[in-house]
Amino acid sequence: MGYALQQLINGLTLGATYGLIAIGYTMVYGIIGMINFAHGEIYMIGAFLSVLTYVLCTALGLGPTPLVLLAMLFVSIAFTALYGWAVERIAYRPLRGAPRLAPLISAIGMSIFLQNYVQLTQGARIKSVPPLWQGSLSLWSADDFPVTIGWTQLTVVVVTLIVMTGFAWMITRTAFGRQQRACEQDPKMAALLGIDVDRTISLTFIIGAALAAVAGMMAVLQYGVIDFTIGFIAGIKAFTAAVLGGIGSIPGAMLGGLLIGLVEAFWSAYLSPEYKDVATFSILVLVLLFRPTGLLGKPDVEKV
Amino acid sequence: MTPLRTLVLAAGLTVPLLAHADWLVGVAGPFTGQYASAGDQIKKGAEAAAADINAKGGVLGQKIKLEYGDDACDPKQAVAVANALVNKKVQFVHGHWCSSSTIPASDIYNDADILMATVSTNPQVTERGLKNIFRIMGRDDQQGSVIGQWIASKFKDKKVAVLDDKSAYGKGLADEIAKAMKAAGKEPVLRESITAGEKDYSGIVTRLKNAGVDVLAYGGYHTEVALLLRQADQVGLPLVVVGGDTMTNSELVTAAGQLADRVYFTFTPDPRKNPQAAPIVERFRAAKIEPEGYVLYAYAALQLFEQAVTQAGGVERAKLEPVLRRGKFDTAIGTLEFDEKGDLKKPAFAVYKWTGGSYDYAE
Repeated sequence: MGYALQQLINGLTLGATYGLIAIGYTMVYGIIGMINFAHGEIYMIGAFLSVLTYVLCTALGLGPTPLVLLAMLFVSIAFTALYGWAVERIAYRPLRGAPRLAPLISAIGMSIFLQNYVQLTQGARIKSVPPLWQGSLSLWSADDFPVTIGWTQLTVVVVTLIVMTGFAWMITRTAFGRQQRACEQDPKMAALLGIDVDRTISLTFIIGAALAAVAGMMAVLQYGVIDFTIGFIAGIKAFTAAVLGGIGSIPGAMLGGLLIGLVEAFWSAYLSPEYKDVATFSILVLVLLFRPTGLLGKPDVEKV
Repeated sequence: MTPLRTLVLAAGLTVPLLAHADWLVGVAGPFTGQYASAGDQIKKGAEAAAADINAKGGVLGQKIKLEYGDDACDPKQAVAVANALVNKKVQFVHGHWCSSSTIPASDIYNDADILMATVSTNPQVTERGLKNIFRIMGRDDQQGSVIGQWIASKFKDKKVAVLDDKSAYGKGLADEIAKAMKAAGKEPVLRESITAGEKDYSGIVTRLKNAGVDVLAYGGYHTEVALLLRQADQVGLPLVVVGGDTMTNSELVTAAGQLADRVYFTFTPDPRKNPQAAPIVERFRAAKIEPEGYVLYAYAALQLFEQAVTQAGGVERAKLEPVLRRGKFDTAIGTLEFDEKGDLKKPAFAVYKWTGGSYDYAE
C-alpha cells in the first residue's frame, strides 16, 4: 500500500511536468491545427535559462534563497516566451495559408536549429545544479513502507498547481481567453468580429512557451542535470500526453500528462523499468488506432 | 639513389630530412556530449605528453603531432571517426574511451594495421582476437570481481542491488559484480537495468526502497548515478552506491552535491601517488591542471608509443607489435607489460570513496 502510494506521488510529480509541456502542444494545435515540433526545444531552452540565472546568481554571491528561485522562474519565463514568439514569427506566420506540410517541416527545422544553437552556444556538456535543498517530508508511516515526498517534488507539484489554476482562470475568465477560444472555434468569424487573429496566435505561442519554461525550471529543480538533448524525449512524451488527453483540449492535456506520468511510475514499479518508454509509446499507438480524439477531445466536424 | 639524395646523405643531413615529417598520433574519445569531461582529461594528458616528448627532441628525431577524433561516445560516430583518422594516415591511436565506441572502431584500425592503446574496460575489447589493441587499464571482469568481493565483505549484513545502464561497459561491469558477489556467497536482492540518458528514476529508486536495499552496485556512468542519488534522497532512502572507474568524474560532485559522499568506486591505484609519476604530476600542477582521472593514462599512452617506437625503430605494425607484446614500459601509470590478448599482465584496482569533493582510498 505504502509502496503504491509512493509510486503515485512519483508519477504525479513526473506527470505534472509532462502536463505543463503538453498544454503548449494542445493550445497551438487548437488554434492553428498544427503540431509545434519545436515545443520540446522550447522546454529545453527554459531549463537552460533557469540554470544560467542560477549560475549568475551564485556568481553574484547569492545562495539558493526563495528570491533566487523566483528570479530563475521569471527570467526563464520571460526569455523563453520570447523564443516562443520568435518561433511563431519565423516558422509559422510566413506560411499561414500554405499547405499543411510546409509549416510542419519548418517547425522541424526550427527544432533542429534550436538544439544545435544551444549546443554551440552553451557547449555539449551536461549542465548541473547541485540539489538546492535535500531531504523529504514524511507523509505516512503506518505501513511497513514509509511514504515521503521530497521537498523539491512538493515544490514541483505546488508550483504546477498554482500555474495551472492561473492558466485555467485566464482561459475561461479573461478577455484574452475569450478571444483565444473564439479563434480556436472559427478564426475567420473571429476576425470579422474584430479580433486580431495574428496577435492571438502569437500570444498562444508565448503562453505555451511560458508554461514550458516553468516545466524546464521544475526539471532543473527536480533532477539538476540537463543537456541540450533533453527537449526531444520530453517533447515526444508530452505530445503523447496531449494526444492521450485529446489534442486540442486543455484539460485533456493536463489529464494526459498525469496519466503518462503514472503509467511510467507504475510500469517501473511493478514491471521492468527498462521498458517504460515502450509502455508510453504503446499508448500513443493504441490511442491513435482506437480513439484518435483522445479521452476528452471532440471529434473534428468537417464543415461544409 | 638519386645523386642529390646521395649528396644529402653524404652531408649528414638525413636526420633533418626525416624529421620533416611528423608522427601522427590519433586521440579519439568523447570530446563533446554527456561524457565530454573524460574527453577533456584525455586531451590534457595527451597534449602534455606530446609537448614533453617533442621538447626532448621527439621520437627517433621526429616530432609527435596529435590528431583528435570526437566520437561523443556514440558507436556510429566512432566508426566515422576511425575512418577519418585512417584517412589522415595516423600511425597510432590512443582511444577510444567508451567500450561501445572502442569495439567497432578497433576493427577499422586493425584493417589499416594501426596499433592502439585504450582505456576501455569491457572484456570484449580484447576478446575478439584482434592483435592491434593494447589495453592500459584493467578489465571489467577484473574490476567487477574486485567490486563484488569488496561488497561481499564490507556490506556483509546489508541488502545489495545490482543495476546497469544497458551500455556495453555498464552491463559488462554489473554482470561481473553480480557473479563475484554470488561466488562470495552474497546474493543480490534485485538485478535490473535502466535506460541511460533519462532523467526520472524515481520509479526504480522507490523499488529499491521497497526491497529494503542499502547498497547499490551500479554498472554505468556518473550522470545517472547523480540522478539516482538525488531521487533516492527524495524518497528518503540513504542509498550507498558502488561503481566503476567512471565515477572518478568530478561532475558527479557538481550534480549530486553532498550526496556524492555516498559513492565508492574502483579505479587503478591512484597514478598520482606513483613515485615514477611525481615529476610529471608536479609539472601538471604547475600548469594549473589537476592530473585526475584519465589525464595520466593519456600521458602514459603516448609514453608507451615513444618507448615502443624507439625500441622498434619504426612504426610499421610488423616491427611495433612484437615490441609492444613482449616489452616492458615505464610510464606515468607504472610499468606496463601486455599478455597475448593485449591486456595488462598486472592490473590492479583499489577502492576509493568521494569525500567533500575529492576522492581517496576507502577503508
